[in-house]
Amino acid sequence: MAAPQPTPYRMPAEEANNIIKKITATDVHAWFGDNHVLKSITMDIPAKQVTAIIGPSGCGKSTFIRCVNRMHELIPNARISGSITLDGENVYRPGVDPVLLRRRVGMVFQKPNPFPSMSIRDNVLAGLKLTRRYARADAADTVENALRQAALWDEVKDKLDEPGTSLSGGQQQRLCIARTLAVAPEVVLMDEPCSALDPIATARIEDLLHVLRKDYTIVIVTHNLQQATRVSQRTAFFLTGDLVEYSDTDSLFTSPQDQRTEDYITGKFG
Amino acid sequence: MSAPSKPPLLATPTDLTAKRSGILVERAFIWICRFAVILPLFLLLVLIGDVVIEGLGRINTDFLTGLPSRRAEQAGIWPALVGSLYLMVLTAVLALPLGVGAAVYLEEYGRRSRLAGIIEVAIANLAGVPSVIYGLLGLGLFVRFFAFGNSLIAGAATLALLVLPIVIMSSREALRTVPDSLREAAFGLGATRWQMIRRVVLPMSLPGILTGAILAISRAIGETAPLIVIGAVVYITFLPDGIDSEFTALPIQIYNWVSRPQEEFLTNAAAGIVVLMLTLLLLNSVAIYLRHRHQKRQ
Amino acid sequence: MIFNSIAAGVARVVNGLGSGKRAETTLERLIQGGLVACGLLAIAVTVGIILVLIFETIEFFREVSIVDFFTQTEWTPLFIDKQYGIWPLVSGTILTSVIAISVALPFGLMAAIYLSEFAAPRTRTTVKPALELLAGVPTIVYGFFALTVVTPALQKVVPDLALFNALGPGIVMGIMIIPMISSLSEDAIYSVPVSLREAAYGLGAAKLPTIFRVVVPSAWSGIGAALTLAISRAIGETMIVAVAAGQQARIAIDPRAPIETMTSYIVNVAKGDVPTGTPEYRTIFAVGSMLFVLTLVMNLLSYRLAKRMRERGTR
Repeated sequence: MAAPQPTPYRMPAEEANNIIKKITATDVHAWFGDNHVLKSITMDIPAKQVTAIIGPSGCGKSTFIRCVNRMHELIPNARISGSITLDGENVYRPGVDPVLLRRRVGMVFQKPNPFPSMSIRDNVLAGLKLTRRYARADAADTVENALRQAALWDEVKDKLDEPGTSLSGGQQQRLCIARTLAVAPEVVLMDEPCSALDPIATARIEDLLHVLRKDYTIVIVTHNLQQATRVSQRTAFFLTGDLVEYSDTDSLFTSPQDQRTEDYITGKFG
Repeated sequence: MSAPSKPPLLATPTDLTAKRSGILVERAFIWICRFAVILPLFLLLVLIGDVVIEGLGRINTDFLTGLPSRRAEQAGIWPALVGSLYLMVLTAVLALPLGVGAAVYLEEYGRRSRLAGIIEVAIANLAGVPSVIYGLLGLGLFVRFFAFGNSLIAGAATLALLVLPIVIMSSREALRTVPDSLREAAFGLGATRWQMIRRVVLPMSLPGILTGAILAISRAIGETAPLIVIGAVVYITFLPDGIDSEFTALPIQIYNWVSRPQEEFLTNAAAGIVVLMLTLLLLNSVAIYLRHRHQKRQ
Repeated sequence: MIFNSIAAGVARVVNGLGSGKRAETTLERLIQGGLVACGLLAIAVTVGIILVLIFETIEFFREVSIVDFFTQTEWTPLFIDKQYGIWPLVSGTILTSVIAISVALPFGLMAAIYLSEFAAPRTRTTVKPALELLAGVPTIVYGFFALTVVTPALQKVVPDLALFNALGPGIVMGIMIIPMISSLSEDAIYSVPVSLREAAYGLGAAKLPTIFRVVVPSAWSGIGAALTLAISRAIGETMIVAVAAGQQARIAIDPRAPIETMTSYIVNVAKGDVPTGTPEYRTIFAVGSMLFVLTLVMNLLSYRLAKRMRERGTR
């Protein structure tokens, strides 16, 4: 095999035709002030699969998923160019309301952040209440359904009125997942959801991802390579704002096409 | 653990460009908020403008150096002005050492000790005690128990206790800006705790302490109620000649004029207010200058 | 408990004085003792206030029935027919405080939300100190303003508004208190972690629901601290009401009529020529005790709420 050349990644044509594209990013650049943190990212994210984004800290992986649901622009001095489509519709087109976008593209954050002023039940219902789609008659069903999907129901069904912050870290993160699922998004973005958790809590969330991908398109940012191999079907490797390589998870980890990818997954840096 | 995946209970909007009713409400809300910020500031301007328009014409040398009089157009504020000046100096002399001392104890000696905790609660409470209550304290303690009578020193002592919490709190803030590494460095050189405080901590925090002190003093010279309660005399035609002398002060003179029904006395009150506000402005400018210089140096 | 700790602290210092071996150590101990004394002064002042009030109040209740004080509905100690029912003064205080808070709370809270959530950083750093100027103006000046500007202006709108009334001074007091509420609340709202706002935005919440259902509830202890402090300030405010609210103690809810508050009563008696040592004169200490207890409750509540806010992390 010839020595791999550091060329920009291109998805093979036959592979690209076989998947349903949920999200397509085209030539996405992002900045914080003068700091150019994403450079010409072009990638498709397939529907109802888990796509992992790996890379060392500061490589722009979190910024990229925050561009997808337009959370990036909430930070002062943040800018973005290029286009990102959801089901073929450019989310940066003028007239698109980011608030409505975020109802279809949910997000789970690095640190569990349940609302401290709300009970477990109200945390699950928070999305519906905050977006005025709350119907009292369905509330009990919604809470149970979302908590079951997040594999938290059995642990909390008897204490739904206790504050969300009374749970353990891993439970809090699953509560945040339940909260996200309760608003019935199509895509769930996860920004290093296990980095603040212990291994047992991490394993539970990884199990959960296998179930959730039947219904949701999931993009997970992780700095844990083993986690990417365990949970994802496709993996993208970001380095200093560039998308270095993107393919199905097995081939990326077994036969990387780019020297930098190989160096990273073999632990030479990062 | 296969979860039942029901269809969403309530439809998720698929049209990303739909018009959300909340957007107009949000704009309206921002304007209401702006109004809530602007209106009080506007009223402050009206207040100052009104006082200046009414009082400025009355201010002249005769007014500044004149003695009180039953006839509005001959009345002056000289004794009140001098009284306020004396009060200012005496209050500062009393409140500063005590307040800074307490702050040094709390920050440098008593950190986390139980006694310090109790002192802290006491200070927090004292900061909220109405000024008129300090008047009653001064009346019971200084005027009657210590038999100072309604003298300058009784007034200054009362005001000193009144501003003590302010001096302590602002001095603590200033002391906290000195990094612990400098304290440790001083200890490392063999300094005792007091040497460390005197050579390192106090010089570094002095501008901050002074800023707080000036703000406390400007609070003191605007106070009216405690001085009335301890019995400061309103109608006084001589200047205080010692700390045991009877006195009057600017706010008291203003109060006296405000309480009279005749229009001319209200003009005098407005003029008195202009003088009082100018004094405060002067003090505050010094404080702002000090703080600015301090910040630049850091 | 308090006295034990004080005794322990003093004992430690006194013991230290005896055991000094070098001159330097003795000096150190002396200085530390002096500084502790300065700290103890804060406790001494608190105790002093309580002692003075209690002493004079007990004297007062030797001559006037405490039952009458709390059950009578008229307050006329300076008239020939003397009645010593505190409620008219309490009602006057409550009336002006309620007016003041209903002005200050909405304005203060809106200003806090605006500065924390909408304003550009530069606006925030200039407007916040500007608002705080409102609290720096001497209260006698506000009294003048209430009497000569606000009441005459209100008289054009409100029928039957007396020259001395509760409404004008109440509103002016509210304006004065705005920065107390806005400043402390703004600190509390601003320190709500960004992660909570992001959680709400991530769920598709718009800005207003995020503010009112996530951010403000998370900051409630700080806002509560601001509110209780403002109430305490309104109850204790003296000169505005003394100048512009009149001198008629009565149980009233009509804000258009003259009233008398606890504070303005104290000033009115103190500036007059009531002979010292008479029960009429001691009324000011009895009223002062009542005022002190009311503000103390509010201050302690505020202190605990503020402490709770500080214990919850910041952003």
